[in-house]
Amino acid sequence: MKSSIPNSQFKNPVINWIDTRLPIFTAMNEAVGTDHPTPKNLNYWWNFGSLAGVTLVIMIITGIALAMNYTAHVDHAFDSVERIMRDVNGGWLIRYIHMNGASFFFIVVYIHMARSLYYGSYKAPRELLWILGVVIYLLMMATAFLGYTLPWGQMSFWGATVITNFFSVIPFVGEPIVNWLLGGYTVDNPTLNRFYALHYLLPFVIAGVILLHIVALHRFGSNNPLGIDIKSDKDMIPFHPYYTIKDFFGLSVFLAIFCVFVFFLPNFLGHPDNYVPADPLSTPAHIVPEWYLSPFYAILRAVPDKLLGVLAMFGAIGILFILPWLDRSPVRSAHYRPMYRVFYVIFIVNMLALGYLGVQNPEGIYIILGRTCTAWYFIHFLVIMPLLNIIETPKALPKSVSDPIFSSGSSGLSPAASRKLK
Amino acid sequence: MSKKKSRRDFIVIASYSMGAVGAGAAIWPIINQMNPAADTLAMASTEVNIGALEIGQALTVKWRGKPVFIRRRTENEINDSRQVDINSLRDPQADEERVQKDEWLIVMGVCTHLGCVPLGQKTGDGKGDYGGWFCPCHGSHYDISGRIRKGPAPENLEVPPYSFISDNVIKIG
Amino acid sequence: MKRLLLLSVFLLPFTTFAAGPEVKGVSKDWGFLGPFGKYDKSSLQRGLQVYTEVCSSCHSLKYIAYRNLSDLGYNKNEIKAFASSFTVVDGPDDDGEMFERPGRPADFFVAPYANDNAARAANGGAYPPDLSLITKARGGGANYLYSLLIGYKEPPESIEVREGLHYNKYYSGNLIAMPQPLYEDGVEYADGTNASIEQMAADVTEFLTWAAEPEMEARKRTGIAAISFLLIMAVLSYIAKLQIWSDVKKKKA
Repeated sequence: MKSSIPNSQFKNPVINWIDTRLPIFTAMNEAVGTDHPTPKNLNYWWNFGSLAGVTLVIMIITGIALAMNYTAHVDHAFDSVERIMRDVNGGWLIRYIHMNGASFFFIVVYIHMARSLYYGSYKAPRELLWILGVVIYLLMMATAFLGYTLPWGQMSFWGATVITNFFSVIPFVGEPIVNWLLGGYTVDNPTLNRFYALHYLLPFVIAGVILLHIVALHRFGSNNPLGIDIKSDKDMIPFHPYYTIKDFFGLSVFLAIFCVFVFFLPNFLGHPDNYVPADPLSTPAHIVPEWYLSPFYAILRAVPDKLLGVLAMFGAIGILFILPWLDRSPVRSAHYRPMYRVFYVIFIVNMLALGYLGVQNPEGIYIILGRTCTAWYFIHFLVIMPLLNIIETPKALPKSVSDPIFSSGSSGLSPAASRKLK
Repeated sequence: MSKKKSRRDFIVIASYSMGAVGAGAAIWPIINQMNPAADTLAMASTEVNIGALEIGQALTVKWRGKPVFIRRRTENEINDSRQVDINSLRDPQADEERVQKDEWLIVMGVCTHLGCVPLGQKTGDGKGDYGGWFCPCHGSHYDISGRIRKGPAPENLEVPPYSFISDNVIKIG
Repeated sequence: MKRLLLLSVFLLPFTTFAAGPEVKGVSKDWGFLGPFGKYDKSSLQRGLQVYTEVCSSCHSLKYIAYRNLSDLGYNKNEIKAFASSFTVVDGPDDDGEMFERPGRPADFFVAPYANDNAARAANGGAYPPDLSLITKARGGGANYLYSLLIGYKEPPESIEVREGLHYNKYYSGNLIAMPQPLYEDGVEYADGTNASIEQMAADVTEFLTWAAEPEMEARKRTGIAAISFLLIMAVLSYIAKLQIWSDVKKKKA
């Protein structure tokens, strides 16, 4: 009898009994446990993936708590948020965590993306892993925008008005589509209600795409700072206990920084105008997006034509989808790409500049700067990236992670890369 | 070696334990936010003017979102409820313990079985076998002192905290 | 290099907001600033008096209830007495009529006007905003409010003050619809403090900062505890990390 069941191999009999029938513990072990081999040379930039996961969990939990106290009606939304801040037990804490959590989610994800860009994590065979990541990023932007509408302050209202108006540039059907999105002729109660429903839904969609993101990650394992394929088991260590403790340490530091904002600078990343109740009859003097959408807002404004501006903005995000095919260099890590390294730094500075310009009044020097930075954004992806493969001579790659002996020529390239070269 | 190892285990366990404690502490506000909020608690008392109520009439008021039955009882009703043998009751309680002024019975209009509102306040309502209230959900009968006499309810109708501010005004809560 | 990059990414949100629209005004060294900052209760009480006697004739404070005044150091009976000095419109009663009754601690601060349109009509079309969130809803916060209140001066000759407007040194554009609210000895402080314009402005600003952020003291207290806890956790887990990784690092060397 006993032998007919292929038993799991856990010491704890209860876990073993369950796992034999429902292998969730095996799955966990393969995801973040002792059965998940990981390159042993990952640096701290690799912490941000798990940090993003934790941040999403924090956002969902605090979000559900807020939803229990929030009223999605134009006459009550602002008041219900103030009631959360003043009367609900610990309400101010939950809301400030959720509010600042959105910003920190983006900080973490931006660093995660910057890591990927520097170490070439988006390259073959991880193109779909990257694309799923961009999908998550898009969903995050949508969720953040929808959520920002809910407190029904001035920025909520006018942000929703401006962003939904993007769709009016669509030829012929733009106007009907905007009215369909809004459920009326202006941002009003139907808009608030549907935004609330979608804001509640999207995080779970994000969680689903994250699952796919992880499945794709485990297909070929993590990239590493050297960007070479790992050939021997000697260069691998199990995720647990090594990366669990490292991620845990990173999480402690991250949460400490997060708490500085939640408890001491809760409104630093927000805008004062959102503490003024929405007024459909008066637009605030300066409407600015939240900082994490600011670079794209700068791109939108850089183009003097309405349709082209919106296209440029969406194009700026869309371009990320084809990045794995724009960058033809077989070498992943910027460590071994002297020219790409320089352009990478320029790109990051350019992004920061766009972020800065997005919250400035579009006048004088800012207009020229905005256009230059926008142009550079596209040049970087469409011209520099493909060109580098031709003009750049990569440094010699080490043979393995633990054996950083430099070899010359193409023999030192990763197998995937050398296959490409043939 | 083993000494070294146990010290290492201790620090690892200590740091993860801190994580568990921290997570536990962080979960508390999430649970506590579901408790009544400060504005809800502040509305915990209500004042009722009962001056217009004639003998034999009833009034239902809302307190903390629940109905409170106020009944100005007749001489007969008071006598009836005082003649009952207390020991025969499921939840033995003398009528004198349940009222501050004999004429005025003030009880929560919430059946102690599963929380329905018993009938008997309106003139057309059935008042049950004991002339008080009858709960239509599962057939509990209460007498004119709000005590459970028949049916599944385990306890008498609850008497809320109240006080007479003047002859005509009571404060509930 | 890497460090610099990390730093710059963390600083991104700071840089983007460093140049927001600021009202150039006076910066006061408020006691409630800083990680250990607390409200000054006697100043809060004086501020309540200034609000009640001056501001409240035009400005509502709708998110504050009388019961909240316990934060200012008042006891239950004092709050009850204060609340009952206001008339609250309640109803409808059994006859369908609205009726008036004295305020209760659970009531929110009674507004000077029945609705926004009445407020606008009574103030020449300029709506006097609710003050519950005023220090959070204006760039510059407490300093903005304080500057504005002490900013009523004689207009320089170059500026033409139109009918219905008033010159204010610290208001953007210098012309404000609100007439000067505070004058020397405009209120007689219960605690005998000299009621200079600066004193009243500071007190009412302290009070309205509290009204906007009544949770501030609890927030900062919790923050100190949470961050200390996390820093200890970070140090411990870093030691644990070093120990667990020691065999990997050794092999490498």
